[in-house]
Amino acid sequence: MTISIDPQKTNNESLQPKGWLRYFSFSLDHKVIGIQYLVCGFLFYLIGGTLASAIRIELASPMSDFMPRDVYNQVLTLHGTIMIFLWIVPVVNGAFGNYLIPFYVGARDMAFPRLNAVAFWLIPPSGLMLVASYFVEGAAQAGWTAYPPLSITTPQSGQIIWILSVLLLGGSSIFGGINFIATIIKLRRPGLKLMQLPMYCWAMLGTSLLVVLSTPVLAGTLILLSFDIIANTGFFNPVLGGNVVVYQHLFWFYSHPAVYIMVLPAFGLVSEILPVHARKPLFGYTTMVFSIMGIVVLGLVVWAHHMFTSGTPPWMRLFFTIATAFIAVPTGIKFFNWVATLWGGKISINSAMLFSCGFIINFVFGGITGVALAQVPFDIHVHDTYFVVAHFHYIVYGGTVFIIFSSIYHWFPKVTGKMLNEKLGILHFIITFIGFNLCFAPQHWLGLNGMPRRVAEYDPQFQFVNQISSLGALLMAISTIPFLINVFLSVKNGKDAGDNPWNALTPEWLTSSPPPVENWEGEAPLVEEPYGYGKEISEQN
Amino acid sequence: MTTLDSSKEIQKNNSEVNETHEDFRMFGFITFLIADGMTFAGFFAAYLTYKAVNPLPDGAIYELELPIPTLNTILLLVSSATFHKAGKALLKDKNSDSQKWLFFTAFLGIIFLICQLFEYFHLPFGLTDNLFASTFYALTGFHGLHVTLGTLMILIIAWQSRIDGGRLTSQNMFPLEAVELYWHFVDGIWVVLFIILYLL
Repeated sequence: MTISIDPQKTNNESLQPKGWLRYFSFSLDHKVIGIQYLVCGFLFYLIGGTLASAIRIELASPMSDFMPRDVYNQVLTLHGTIMIFLWIVPVVNGAFGNYLIPFYVGARDMAFPRLNAVAFWLIPPSGLMLVASYFVEGAAQAGWTAYPPLSITTPQSGQIIWILSVLLLGGSSIFGGINFIATIIKLRRPGLKLMQLPMYCWAMLGTSLLVVLSTPVLAGTLILLSFDIIANTGFFNPVLGGNVVVYQHLFWFYSHPAVYIMVLPAFGLVSEILPVHARKPLFGYTTMVFSIMGIVVLGLVVWAHHMFTSGTPPWMRLFFTIATAFIAVPTGIKFFNWVATLWGGKISINSAMLFSCGFIINFVFGGITGVALAQVPFDIHVHDTYFVVAHFHYIVYGGTVFIIFSSIYHWFPKVTGKMLNEKLGILHFIITFIGFNLCFAPQHWLGLNGMPRRVAEYDPQFQFVNQISSLGALLMAISTIPFLINVFLSVKNGKDAGDNPWNALTPEWLTSSPPPVENWEGEAPLVEEPYGYGKEISEQN
Repeated sequence: MTTLDSSKEIQKNNSEVNETHEDFRMFGFITFLIADGMTFAGFFAAYLTYKAVNPLPDGAIYELELPIPTLNTILLLVSSATFHKAGKALLKDKNSDSQKWLFFTAFLGIIFLICQLFEYFHLPFGLTDNLFASTFYALTGFHGLHVTLGTLMILIIAWQSRIDGGRLTSQNMFPLEAVELYWHFVDGIWVVLFIILYLL
């Protein structure tokens, strides 16, 4: 069956507001929705970052003196939830996915534009609800994992608002995932083969499969948890005959894939950025595709490595250790492919490239500690210590957030038609990179020496290292200042970028900057070699 | 490949510059049903784990009787067949026949829900009595919610398949096909649920 579409009709140009007002409307344009995701996510990043600063201020001294202990628990819960569900997942999937995927498949919009707008507009209300829960009876205190029995015994209203908010965000994520799968599989322009798609499409396809398969399980689990809290059932309450480990299994069945939901799109984005700024084709396209799909399959069967200390039987420990170690193989392939892409390239040292290289360095470090954590004897030693916190932030901040910034520097000229200031950008990178490593590298040592996470007080012997870590956090907070100045200055009077300032070959650069509402004036171009850099020269020779 | 041109808006603009693409609404809907199925899979996994590791405490009452759920299974299976009939009738442009079959399907859905409520009121245990009671109500309740939504959707498409001004025609089958697939899905989930909860 086919559907005829009139381009003028589908976007209802006459009905959509113009100018900046369109970012506050129920716009169906995938580019507007992408920017909505990005800006909304960044605002929540600032909130989550403020909470992180509060945590580091508290931890600068061993005693609980900056805020009461229950407030500390609320702060760390909100920090984790906001950063994961309102900053990283929406931005790295929703923002860049919505902006880029229709260009990459040669379409004028996503497959289901209305569903797309609904998916975005679920986010601001649920985020505000989550932040506002602090003023009700105190926000949730059970951490972003909401493990029972803690989540059942702490004040109820905050926890229930947390559950509702995460359910809505999960719904938004599922709608987005359905949209991406349909767009990539079904909406490709005629003649464009799957193996000709830019790598970010493959990353988003894999991510969306994980979203569709695992997020509903989290939704079901949280519904059961809310029954335990509201209706006094005993699914996860041992006093009433329930089983807390079942919650952990169900929760991590979503939340381990969630790590890949956060990091796979970043893999895709870095695979777009490196070839452009190194002027070389992406090394090992096919192995990259199979690595992504391998990570998707393996990512669904490694969840219990978060539960080695939950009375997990030995066969399960063995299985999940081996499965987790296997993930290092596709991830390692991708890492070597990026390095090989840079090898012998004509590298431009600009902000986008620096952040991407920062990503590679941080990510390999976080990856190595990840393999270490998968080994049962080591994991039991450092479980629930700062070592886990350090590992996680090396993946999610050092990995994904670095790539988010890199992508902003790379695609800002496309979105606005203006260049960002390179000097401020490099300053931003230097402060972020030093601050990040100063903040999280010492936490490995803290964890190995037994400092538990999620506790407001600690043994005074750890004070000096914690203060170094807090200093790093201060630098990270400062690093947003040059970035924000840069964005505001460049939007107003940045240098004109032209249509293709990087001389890139991927399809989004083959239209004007900023792109027209329908993405292309005429027919969408057929890009068979999105990474064909250096081709012309070798052909001339 | 047929052209879907029932929507008047689209017809009006057909003279302008047009692009055509495949109808992938069904594809998106199937993806959604897979996601929905995973929610049930989570519930089933939780129930089976409980069954394996959490023994029923002494004196706890958890007894299920078979007659009503067996009747319910038959009702849903028959309703799947009647829904299929409705689709076939619509394809032959027999809208009123189609409408009759749809109303009959919705009727079977409502009978299912009434039987389910009857069972709830006559069971010897309540929601919070023990772990298995809670799981039973959560699973059947979540499925019942799906049947309720499905019945409402069937009534809506039955209204839409009316002869004067209904948008559901043999040229625009998508609403019927989507709801039919959803109904078969809910039906299939029930069969799994029946086997796991009542027979195992």
